[in-house]
Amino acid sequence: MSSAPATLAQPAELSREQLIPLLQEVQAKDGYLSQTAMTELAQALDTPVASVYGVATFYNQFRFAPLGEHVIEVCRGTACHVKQSLTLYQHLERRLKLRPDGNSADGRFSVLSVACVGACSIAPVIKLDGEFYGHLTVEKLDALLDGIDKHDTESPTEPNQEQPTEASHS
Amino acid sequence: MSIVINGRELQFRPGETVLQIACRAGIKIPHLCSLDWSPSPSASCRLCVVEVEGSPKLQTSCTLIASDGMVVHTHTPRILKARRTIVELMVANHPPDCLGCHRAGTCELADLARELGVRPRQYVGIKKDHPLDISSSAIWRDPNKCVLCGRCVTMCHQIQGVGAIDYIDRGFRTQVGPGFYKGINVSGCTYCGQCVRVCPTGALMEHSHVDAVVSELGDPNTVVVAQVAPAVPATLSLGRSKPPTVPVMLEHLAAALKQIGFAAVFDTAFSADVTIMEEATEFLGRLQGGGVLPMFTSCSPAWINYVELHRPDLIPHLSTCKSPQQMAGALIKEIYPKYAGLEDKRIVLVSIMPCTAKKYEAEDLGDVDYVLTTRELTTLWDRFGIDFNKFEDRLPLDPPFAEATGAARLFASTGGVMEAAVRTAASLAGAETPTAPLNEARGLDEVKCFTFDVGDTTLNLAVVNGLGQVRTLLEEGPADLHFVEVMSCPGGCAGGGGQPYGTEAADLHRRLDRIYDADAHAEVHSSHENQSVAALYEQYLGQPLGEVSHRLLHRTYTDRSSGVLANDDAQTKRGARAGAGAPH
Repeated sequence: MSSAPATLAQPAELSREQLIPLLQEVQAKDGYLSQTAMTELAQALDTPVASVYGVATFYNQFRFAPLGEHVIEVCRGTACHVKQSLTLYQHLERRLKLRPDGNSADGRFSVLSVACVGACSIAPVIKLDGEFYGHLTVEKLDALLDGIDKHDTESPTEPNQEQPTEASHS
Repeated sequence: MSIVINGRELQFRPGETVLQIACRAGIKIPHLCSLDWSPSPSASCRLCVVEVEGSPKLQTSCTLIASDGMVVHTHTPRILKARRTIVELMVANHPPDCLGCHRAGTCELADLARELGVRPRQYVGIKKDHPLDISSSAIWRDPNKCVLCGRCVTMCHQIQGVGAIDYIDRGFRTQVGPGFYKGINVSGCTYCGQCVRVCPTGALMEHSHVDAVVSELGDPNTVVVAQVAPAVPATLSLGRSKPPTVPVMLEHLAAALKQIGFAAVFDTAFSADVTIMEEATEFLGRLQGGGVLPMFTSCSPAWINYVELHRPDLIPHLSTCKSPQQMAGALIKEIYPKYAGLEDKRIVLVSIMPCTAKKYEAEDLGDVDYVLTTRELTTLWDRFGIDFNKFEDRLPLDPPFAEATGAARLFASTGGVMEAAVRTAASLAGAETPTAPLNEARGLDEVKCFTFDVGDTTLNLAVVNGLGQVRTLLEEGPADLHFVEVMSCPGGCAGGGGQPYGTEAADLHRRLDRIYDADAHAEVHSSHENQSVAALYEQYLGQPLGEVSHRLLHRTYTDRSSGVLANDDAQTKRGARAGAGAPH
């Protein structure tokens, strides 16, 4: 698998200042930063891999494991925090057996902790596969996930070969 | 131009920082992140803050360029309080195991805490819980003891041009380490050890062989012998008020080592002379036979690692000669048991080296069982109650590997191998052996390019002082080079990664002076005039590059570049497939 962004075709024009935009480009294409992609980027920029990885791990926007089929963004903004969003997050950690990279043990779910999503009036709120769900409790969250499990079992999608077990423990 | 620091008027040169001016005037401003090796400090530790009259803020003196008439205070109550708080915050997260730390007694953080009057447990912070990195045979990492000063990163990137480690992650989780949180063994690290030499705490260390050597010394069934590299006596002699010459210092070392149980002590400089015989012959062969040129020296194991890991295209250019350590290893293991009638004994060979990469080299090539750095030798003295700087006994080094020439003594300095090789190559080519010092090769310049005439052939030569300058030479140097010496560490072995902590540029000059002095006062100046070496060839090796020397004294190289941070992506996917069998 080659994850090199298209811009790598002109190595002469690359400079280290472009590292962050290039990392963003790779992540937009692949959904995460693979070690292969970061190594290739380092070579193209004539920069040590350690430095590329250092920059990538400095910013919260970069992921180091592929996303699962379902992406749950738990809002951890102030209003949601006051409305117990941490309880929701911890419940997801237990129910989905989250790994340090935020992916569930079976790789189907990715749970991201995000800052305010701008829906404070319905706090606590999560985004599940792009849809907002507000006024959540642990019970409502369970019902939501039960529904997804039921749907996936009845109409299974193609198994995803790219699913992660674990990525670097950032 | 002048500046006033603490009421003293001090002259300075344009561009100098306040920290540099103060240090020169004997005003000690504490600093962790800035190094006199690097022109661009990270200014991350904030310890060197000073007050400048007319400016309300404290400013870091390492980045403060002096201007004419500036009035600076370095130790006001406000500054002292700020510095103490900085160190108290560092201590708050620092592991409390100072008593068992290998840096006990040499720790700069402990020194700062004492000097600044740090109050115990003023702040209590969470302790870091990073795993130890003991993946390599040369350098170990304990990120929990790291204060993130960044000296090692500066050394690795700016000075050595390797970039094996960098700051990873952010905030409290920040650590210095290889990419992908991997071990140093797959990071592309050359094990030059410059990071270890500048680390202020116990975060970076050599993989110590002290305990292993102590137990071998106590084993009645082994015969423990030592070889001592030429940089070690040159360095240790400066610990005494009247520095003895290198040969005298070697005799002190031999006596002290024998007192603690070593059966014999050999001079690695002897095998440096053998190295020159082989290397000069190989070079002339390449020159006259149309071989691959330029030929690069192969004495510095971190340089070998650099080529194998980062520049495998240069492998054909490397001399096939083993380093003096490994030549000595092969010769001692092959010849000494018969020579001393110890064929029924287990011979354990301990190298005493200014180098951390020698530990990897010994493991890679064998023959040498343990490697102690100059620093570990000090630990060994402490373990056995030897007050070495007051140790006056002397014993001669042991035959058949005792005699060494001035040329071999030069191996400890940048340019020394070149100078030694030129002397013998000239003689082997039928020209007159040069006797004057080869000043073009001496000194601490980063890249030295010059020509040397052997008969009617003009040789284009270059000396590279530090791994970071290899690129400079290859990209900007002359294209038609014949022979290049590369020493991985700035200053050569005198500034090696296994040398004492706190080595500064001025120390390098003093060590080089000892080394040049040893050559100037040597009875024999050229390797081919070493009678013991001649006898060795006559009785045992035959000719340089002959069959026996090929077996014992030469080596091959491996392209290891694909192993540098080889990624886990495929493994990640395999694991996922294996796990995908579970029903959703």
